[in-house]
Amino acid sequence: MTDTLTPPEAGRRTASPVRGPRLVARLLASPLLWPVMALVVLLVVNVVATPSFLDVRLQDGHLYGNVVDIARNSAPVLLVALGMTLVIATRGIDLSVGAIAAIAGAVACTRIVGAGDEGAAATAIMACTVALAICVLLGLWNGFLVSVVGIQPIIATLVLMVAGRGLAMLVTDGQITTVNNDTFSNLASGFVLGLPLAFLVAVAMVAVTGVLTRRTALGMLIEAVGINPEASRLAGVRSRTIIWTVYVFGAVCAGLAGVIIAANTNSVNANSLGLWIELDAILAVVIGGTALTGGRFSLLGTVVGALFITTLARTIPNIGIPSEANYLFKAMVVVAVCLIQSPRARAVLRVRRTAPVARKGNPA
Amino acid sequence: MTTTHEEPPVTATTPVPGERAGEPVIEMRDISITFGSVRALDRVSLRLLPGEVHALMGENGAGKSTLIKALTGVYSIDSGTIVVAGEEHAFATPAAAQAAGISTVYQEVNLVPNLTVAENMLLGREPRRLGGINVRGMNRRARETLDRLGLDIDPSSTLGDHPIAVQQLVAIARAVDVEARVLILDEPTSSLDADEVAKLFEVMRRLREDGVAIVFVSHFLDQIYEIADRMTILRNGRLVEERMVADTTQLELVQLMIGRELEVLDRLDHEHTRTSTDGPPVLKAIGLSRKGSLEATDLSLYDGEVVGVAGLLGSGRTELARLLFGADTADHGSLEIRSSRRRLRSPRHAIDRKIAFSSEDRKAEGVIGDLTVADNMMLALQASRGWLRPIPQAVRNRLVGEYIEALDIRPADPQALMRNLSGGNQQKVLLARWLITEPEVLILDEPTRGIDIGAKAQIQAKVAELARRGMSVVFISAELEEVLRLSDRVVVMRDRRKIAERPNDDVSVSDILEIIAGHGGTPSARTEEESSRD
Repeated sequence: MTDTLTPPEAGRRTASPVRGPRLVARLLASPLLWPVMALVVLLVVNVVATPSFLDVRLQDGHLYGNVVDIARNSAPVLLVALGMTLVIATRGIDLSVGAIAAIAGAVACTRIVGAGDEGAAATAIMACTVALAICVLLGLWNGFLVSVVGIQPIIATLVLMVAGRGLAMLVTDGQITTVNNDTFSNLASGFVLGLPLAFLVAVAMVAVTGVLTRRTALGMLIEAVGINPEASRLAGVRSRTIIWTVYVFGAVCAGLAGVIIAANTNSVNANSLGLWIELDAILAVVIGGTALTGGRFSLLGTVVGALFITTLARTIPNIGIPSEANYLFKAMVVVAVCLIQSPRARAVLRVRRTAPVARKGNPA
Repeated sequence: MTTTHEEPPVTATTPVPGERAGEPVIEMRDISITFGSVRALDRVSLRLLPGEVHALMGENGAGKSTLIKALTGVYSIDSGTIVVAGEEHAFATPAAAQAAGISTVYQEVNLVPNLTVAENMLLGREPRRLGGINVRGMNRRARETLDRLGLDIDPSSTLGDHPIAVQQLVAIARAVDVEARVLILDEPTSSLDADEVAKLFEVMRRLREDGVAIVFVSHFLDQIYEIADRMTILRNGRLVEERMVADTTQLELVQLMIGRELEVLDRLDHEHTRTSTDGPPVLKAIGLSRKGSLEATDLSLYDGEVVGVAGLLGSGRTELARLLFGADTADHGSLEIRSSRRRLRSPRHAIDRKIAFSSEDRKAEGVIGDLTVADNMMLALQASRGWLRPIPQAVRNRLVGEYIEALDIRPADPQALMRNLSGGNQQKVLLARWLITEPEVLILDEPTRGIDIGAKAQIQAKVAELARRGMSVVFISAELEEVLRLSDRVVVMRDRRKIAERPNDDVSVSDILEIIAGHGGTPSARTEEESSRD
């Protein structure tokens, strides 16, 4: 995964080849430093609590262990956060991804249940395709409201966030629909080459997105629109198309996440599927170093952010935090991570440590 | 100590030796600051003596603001020392610098308009009584400070009710009240009229007599010669020289600032006046209009021709440019491009028809600050190719390298972030962005506003060269001299319509002013009325 993504990212930011001490310097200056550090710290905490936490064993040709579980469980958040990264890069936000995930899960499950041959592989593939096609329509709707009508993204996507759950309920008739299809459930629990299929799907999407944004000019144009929309328009950038594209892409990513979540339980509950996943995704993006104000984005950062969020969910029971304090603990960790990342907070800490050292600012 | 501004003259070429009547209040030695890959300051030194007005001179991007911000603790320095009254210091915050007696008044007034003058002057250090603010004591203290500066301003009046000039003086009064030993005035005169400047100088002279060291930044050379005693000249982030003002002629000063002779500008003067209005126009507007911004206007533009547009703010000059480019859509009228009728619904349509437009608002409508110089340059070409066809890296590198060299963009680093460049260099990058698309029509709206004289000359020379090679240019500028220097034909606009069009053979600035004024009202009266419209 890193192989596909590193060259374009690195090539954009540094010109000359790097060796030895300069490599260290570059790593220290990398915007990925703090998210990766946070993830490492979290893993260390887990190892202290459970020394066998990082153990991975091979059984029936599959890898098992906490780390593998984390990878598997991270797939939905990772997918949603991936789409969210591009949306946020254009100065937008998409609150409807959780509802879209629910709709996708609902559509996929009801199609499978309603099909003539419920257990067939073709049924599952057909159902998922239809679900994703519907997500394209939902993304077009969001993109239409934002880029054509000009509604603020947070309000525009709020519409579908609320209405989407209702749509999903309509699809499932308000029932919890259970499916029985091996191909479908393999999407969440299956293994390929010893690795969880869900994780591989997510990683493949990240790789495809990396190539699409950094090997073409899409990434630069997305950033240009996010940094200065009017200047981009006057330079001839079709910002409407670009904004529309990222919302459609975000919806498809959310739909894929919804299908994986449904496959994980072999059922869909339109009320709870993907509930609050948009918030986890936004957090993952922010932890990964993409600013909510738009502009430059980092897909690798988002990957690290999503892994962090998933690891955190695993950490809470592992270190014995009572389940009632679950959300509070999560909130505190997130605040801590955001503080570490804030240059201002770091400067305050540094000034406390080493008397009068001046603050480094950017030219206005 | 109090009279050091009348100090003995110093040799003009070598830096001034350290021993003299007053010890420096501040001495900055070998200060270097780097932003990313941009060396903003390179071993710059500055000495401030008590009771002097010290002018900080240099073009935009020379490092004046950076030096000031290094002194006041806004930026941290990478190397070098700051010695304040014999002690080494590094200010971590602007507040720390202020506590050490260094006060700064910026170009824009940073005060609270809906508080009173006294409240603004003592904001954050109000005299207290019984846990509340002692309003009477505050007004009294403000009055004392204002009296000391010879300012007749009612301390209890609301700040926002005063003109900008008075607000600026209040800002200075506020700075002085902090027992300032050093007062930094960063372009305080840019929005003041002559009387107001005189008033400001009076205040500055009083402070100088009190032994305050004043750093004065201004683009107006006459003002420097009127008020400043000594000056430090910067260029490209380096120290050029410290000089006594009295020993330096204006010509010398300009040469020190830009580091080369001004011959580029002179050469241009002998060159224009080629008009080839034969053949069909490349761009023709017929009765082009838009409600609220432009009345029906005709304009023809021929190959290899520079058409200058003169007019005051709000005359419709920018509006015309935006309609020609499709940045706004016209209500009526039509456009012909190479004799075929076109409707421009968006900038994109115009770009596809080989029209380019550089907006007057560089920051809001041109610069993509967080992208690199290279990305900024390639943006328009890449946008017109679509995202699926990225420009090959080799082509990209070649184009960017060529234009950085041809336009003398500094730093010559394609990976530098656009926001770290000075205004003049940003403007050159934007010019490159359009030249890379190889347009046939180039519309430049105020391409030289707010940039230094060197960059200005380079851009003007480039425009003349482009026209010689066959490009058609619409050149809009508030500076009539510049319009006349470059144009083959001059269009004069007023009240949102074209009021005259003259071949530029024997037209002078005063002719144009007369044309503008001749249509009722005086130009100055119009300016005021029209700028209030925006």
